[in-house]
Amino acid sequence: MDIDLITNVLYAMVRTGTPLLIVALGELICEKSGVLNLGQEGMMLMGAVVGFIVTLTTGSLMLGFVLAMVAGVLMSLIFGVITMELSANQVATGLALTIFGTGLSAFIGAGYVGKPIEGLDPIYIPVLTDLPIIGRMLFGQDLLVYLSFVLFAGVYWFINHSRPGLILKAVGENPHSANAIGLPVFKTRYLAIMFGGAMAGLAGGYLSLAYTPLWVENMSAGRGWIALALVVFASWKAERVLLGAWLFGLASILHLVFQGMGFAVSPNLLAILPYLATVVVLVILSSNQSRSRLVAPMSLGKPFHAKS
Amino acid sequence: MIKLEPRGERSKTMAYLSPVLAILLTMLTGLILFTVLGVAPWEALVTIVYMPISDTYGMAELAVKATPILLCAIGLSVVFKAQIWNIGAEGQLLMGGLFGSYMALQLLDVEGGWVLPIVLLAGMVGGMFWAGIAALLKVKFNTNEILTTIMMNYIALNILLWAVHGPLKDPEGYNFPESAMFSDSSILPILIDDTRIHFGLALALLAVVAVWVLMSRAFMGFQIKVMGLDSGAARLSGFKDKKLVFFALLLSGALAGLAGVGEVTGPIGQLIPSISPGYGYAAIIVAFLGRLHPVGIVLATLLMALLYMGGEMAQINLGLPLALTDMFQGMLLFYLLACDVLIGFRLRWISNRPGTQGNSTAPSQPMTSVSTGAK
Repeated sequence: MDIDLITNVLYAMVRTGTPLLIVALGELICEKSGVLNLGQEGMMLMGAVVGFIVTLTTGSLMLGFVLAMVAGVLMSLIFGVITMELSANQVATGLALTIFGTGLSAFIGAGYVGKPIEGLDPIYIPVLTDLPIIGRMLFGQDLLVYLSFVLFAGVYWFINHSRPGLILKAVGENPHSANAIGLPVFKTRYLAIMFGGAMAGLAGGYLSLAYTPLWVENMSAGRGWIALALVVFASWKAERVLLGAWLFGLASILHLVFQGMGFAVSPNLLAILPYLATVVVLVILSSNQSRSRLVAPMSLGKPFHAKS
Repeated sequence: MIKLEPRGERSKTMAYLSPVLAILLTMLTGLILFTVLGVAPWEALVTIVYMPISDTYGMAELAVKATPILLCAIGLSVVFKAQIWNIGAEGQLLMGGLFGSYMALQLLDVEGGWVLPIVLLAGMVGGMFWAGIAALLKVKFNTNEILTTIMMNYIALNILLWAVHGPLKDPEGYNFPESAMFSDSSILPILIDDTRIHFGLALALLAVVAVWVLMSRAFMGFQIKVMGLDSGAARLSGFKDKKLVFFALLLSGALAGLAGVGEVTGPIGQLIPSISPGYGYAAIIVAFLGRLHPVGIVLATLLMALLYMGGEMAQINLGLPLALTDMFQGMLLFYLLACDVLIGFRLRWISNRPGTQGNSTAPSQPMTSVSTGAK
């Protein structure tokens, strides 16, 4: 492997890992509050289609990204109301959100399939972009990739070094104790769910506005589900989410690497790699039961009833 | 203002009424949506729920569409009763179609009454194999089955695409991604003349009866139900929980596999890239909507099959996107989950004076919660 190939692989790895990183950071915050939202895939698709349509009609990428996030938040609020106000099962509701989001996004995007837009351009940083190997990976990307670095740093700081982050964790570990000492359980969980929605919407917008600037039905191709596995893989730690997202990015572009090295393998078989990697990672992590029980937020997936 | 007040015990009436309420709310939302889209709402509703089945041909097509959904859903009712979240019926269906197609293509030049049973069996083995992997990972490594079964849906789809573009492609098919047409010996016989209703429907109905007997009469069914309600109690009673997990998942995998092989040897007649428009996912909604009960599942299956046909009809007659079906499916599940709150709670008007709320005890949840991976 020559230097050029390595440079390009690292660049593509981060670029491909970015939507995973963004959506997984959102889900991380959401799960830290004790809420398991399996609707990531549906929210991503809604973000993707809304962002695409807005950018196509207004010509503004920024507006596209903002409204993609708004779409994600609105979708997450459906989940929030049904699971929090009506105490519905989180797994079933999340599943419904994915099915609904897949259908609704295909419905409203039906007339926009295959239309071209100008995607997000990379921003080169003088000198740094030309660094060998890591130059393009870290300093030759588009704005959203840089934003994902900032989001990562923000989430990391929020969880580990901020007071609201402490409240978030308290609510996720034991909502009843948190409620007893006067912490706002419902408000915290709502905000966490909405942040998850905003991030999923943004990740979806990244797919349709930057990664492959076009809209295709079901274009997130399971990334929302992979992100859920990523959070488990990361043992609910932000820094491992970053590492995991980039590793999965690498698994998704291995077919390019193989092609670059002259192997001829069926593209369909190589497309299996990220999904297969997800299963393998889940198996390795869940086989150590006592450990995984300790690192997951204690109340994850359990509904909370405030005693009145 | 309206308050939710715990009932103390689950309301049986509401458990049956909730799906009906959800269907009505979905229709109402549909009417509003059509009005907003500038489509005559009543005409749209008639196009979707009545026109597809307004003649005998339509009724027969409804049965054809219902067959794979029913097979998947009745299998899911067993795993869901055991609180195992098999989201993988779609992948198991695809694997059933793939395994069955492989066998049918191997037996292209063979004639005889035993060919079809072998092909169907291969399909069921395909579905069982795919579900068995999830069962093995769950039992051996405690891996969360939601994520594994979802991932295996994507893997199954890609394997099927690889096969139909590669080894199973018809060598005389002008490079189209399709297998050769199966021989007559591998094709499911037609049940009613001049329709496409095939023997798969009889197998599906047989499966419904068998699952009904299993869950209401057999000790195995009882054990599955107990495990779903309280896994600790099941273990204390000496039930082999690992064996039960395998049994439930393999059964639902076999039925989803049968659904897949039934499609390729039934209405399709060969292996093509798209053998299912998402029947395996629709079956999840059907299982919930039918309250995991055989009769409810049959009714919910007919509704879901109608929704598929209505979506196609709306596309042809009204120019609405085909994704209408998926959207309504998701909406239906949302409304169902929301209405299900009325099983444990009743609505009560409460005046705004403070201190009128009684002591609340959390009602039993319709489904207990699960956590990702770690549990």
